[in-house]
Amino acid sequence: MAKIEFKQVRHAYPAPPGQPKVYALKEVDQVWEDGGAYALLGPSGCGKTTLLNTISGLLTPSEGRILFDDEDVTQLPTAQRQIAQVFQFPVVYDTMTVYDNLAFPLRNRGTTENVVKMRVEEIADMLDLTDRLRQRAAGLTADGKQKISLGRGLVREDVNAILFDEPLTVIDPHLKWQLRSKLKELHQQIGVTMIYVTHDQVEALTFADKVVVMYDGAVVQVGTPVDLFNRPNHTFVGYFIGSPGMNVLPCSLDGGQPVFHGHPLATNHPASGDLGGKLEIGVRPEFVHFSDSGIPVRIEKVEDLGRYQVVTAVHEADTIKMVVGEDEQVPSENPQVAFDPEFTRIYRDDWVVGEQAS
Amino acid sequence: MIKTVNQKAWWFVAPVLALVAFNAFIPLMTVVNYAFQETFGDNVFFWEGMRWFEQVLRSERFHDSLGRQLLFTGMILAIEVPLGIGVALTMPRKGPWVSVCLVLMALPLLIPWNVVGAMWNIFALPDIGLLGHTLNKLGFDYNFTRQPVSAWMTTVVMDVWHWTSLIVLLCYAGLSSIPDAYYQAAHIDGASRWAVFRYIQLPKMKRVLTIAILLRFMDSFMIYTEPFVLTGGGPGNTTTFLSIDLVKIALGQFDLGPAAAMSLIYFLVVLLICWAFYTLMMRGEEQ
Repeated sequence: MAKIEFKQVRHAYPAPPGQPKVYALKEVDQVWEDGGAYALLGPSGCGKTTLLNTISGLLTPSEGRILFDDEDVTQLPTAQRQIAQVFQFPVVYDTMTVYDNLAFPLRNRGTTENVVKMRVEEIADMLDLTDRLRQRAAGLTADGKQKISLGRGLVREDVNAILFDEPLTVIDPHLKWQLRSKLKELHQQIGVTMIYVTHDQVEALTFADKVVVMYDGAVVQVGTPVDLFNRPNHTFVGYFIGSPGMNVLPCSLDGGQPVFHGHPLATNHPASGDLGGKLEIGVRPEFVHFSDSGIPVRIEKVEDLGRYQVVTAVHEADTIKMVVGEDEQVPSENPQVAFDPEFTRIYRDDWVVGEQAS
Repeated sequence: MIKTVNQKAWWFVAPVLALVAFNAFIPLMTVVNYAFQETFGDNVFFWEGMRWFEQVLRSERFHDSLGRQLLFTGMILAIEVPLGIGVALTMPRKGPWVSVCLVLMALPLLIPWNVVGAMWNIFALPDIGLLGHTLNKLGFDYNFTRQPVSAWMTTVVMDVWHWTSLIVLLCYAGLSSIPDAYYQAAHIDGASRWAVFRYIQLPKMKRVLTIAILLRFMDSFMIYTEPFVLTGGGPGNTTTFLSIDLVKIALGQFDLGPAAAMSLIYFLVVLLICWAFYTLMMRGEEQ
């Protein structure tokens, strides 16, 4: 086990001749503490898998260094890094039995047969594969095959970290929930670093102690699920996490306080000095409420989602989403809305102004 | 429920039936006809029963050419299959060299059989051919028109040159269908190069390889043109394979009865070996 550290890691895939290089990873500085449960969250194509592959050594980054416990492993081949990785689509060795599949990573490293047997049986038991150990792996369903892939990732005891690259994509929802809880449980038992890539915020927030949000090849925020919800560093985090996502509205500044279409607003996080660039305020729909003296809006739509309602309000050309309780009345005449100053933040060129959440 | 009886559909099938009849069934039946009778021309036939079959099966000449045929097919399979797999494994998977390699590989397959035979004949001539002359200059006593071993070597090398590409191309197609994730997983699992081949590449190639081996078996078992042009079956009878022998009996000696019987036996042998091989490979698949 080890602490994994990224120092100014950048990576570009080879570009077609005559075209500029596109960086899939734009400078990542990141420390993965030993024993942490991390979720790597971001939209498809943001560089999550690239980042993961640089940890396991399947990919050598074009720039920067990767350290395991302060030892430089940037050029070290995969086999010497002691990393387990589970891929999005099941990989099984068709001609082997389930048992041999699970034993494969151990046998390749010269583990003695009785240790192999013990480990394989333990993992099989955890994944409910015990009664299929003697079957040929090729005959299993996609679910079963992915369990084998997971099992091969979990079977080694000496790993520095286990990486999961959207491992539950092919698994049906019921089992998905079960396996995710199993992984979480396992993490608590063995305490090995786990990094779990996903583009599903629910999956990320339930699995991880710390969520690393990536956007366009960069890490935009690292934090607990509560941090990400309450203090998004970047407008992307705001609207990617939470449902519906954060309202991002254009604004100008007046003495550090935001002004939205001529309406002065209050925030507990004022900007200091004059700022250039694109200015916006971000406020989550949960922190927008109806008020007697606020911004006049037109109600466009009310969606009743059972325990709460999502109201779509419009001021000028800007849409403001709000979440109101199921019993709360939506005013029919001259509705006006106000924002909670504690949860209203100013963003300049998409990054939060003032203090940043760590 | 009343079924209307409608025989019109036969008209739609008729062209196919006619085609199959004229290009397969009638010729085959003609051969069967000759195999059981004796004729001296003028469409006069005498019933001979199983005599031709007994004669062929007892004849040493048939045993010899069948033996040569089996040895030849065995040799070229033993060389071409591993070589083909090896070449397919070393070919680039991506980049501009892929098409170059594919075209180079496909070239021998595009050359007509008799041209291949003629090319190798001239290439191997001991006095003026590049290969034959060089070998003799290097001190080897090489003359494929006189020495059985030289003749065999030349024939085998020619077949390897002509047909290994087929196995390469089929295996390459099998290899290209393996997703990158398999290789990545194998890296993570610490698999050796051999283990990657044994547990990922070979199983994924199995189907195409079965087809490749079947094709190569059938083609080489029925080989005629290339050795005929290269050695004419010589020196002596040393490279007279089944097809060459059959043509000698049928058209050289005009023994239509024994030739027809031999054709049928030949056909059954090919069919039997193909069936046995295919069944064996597919049984492995099911387990």
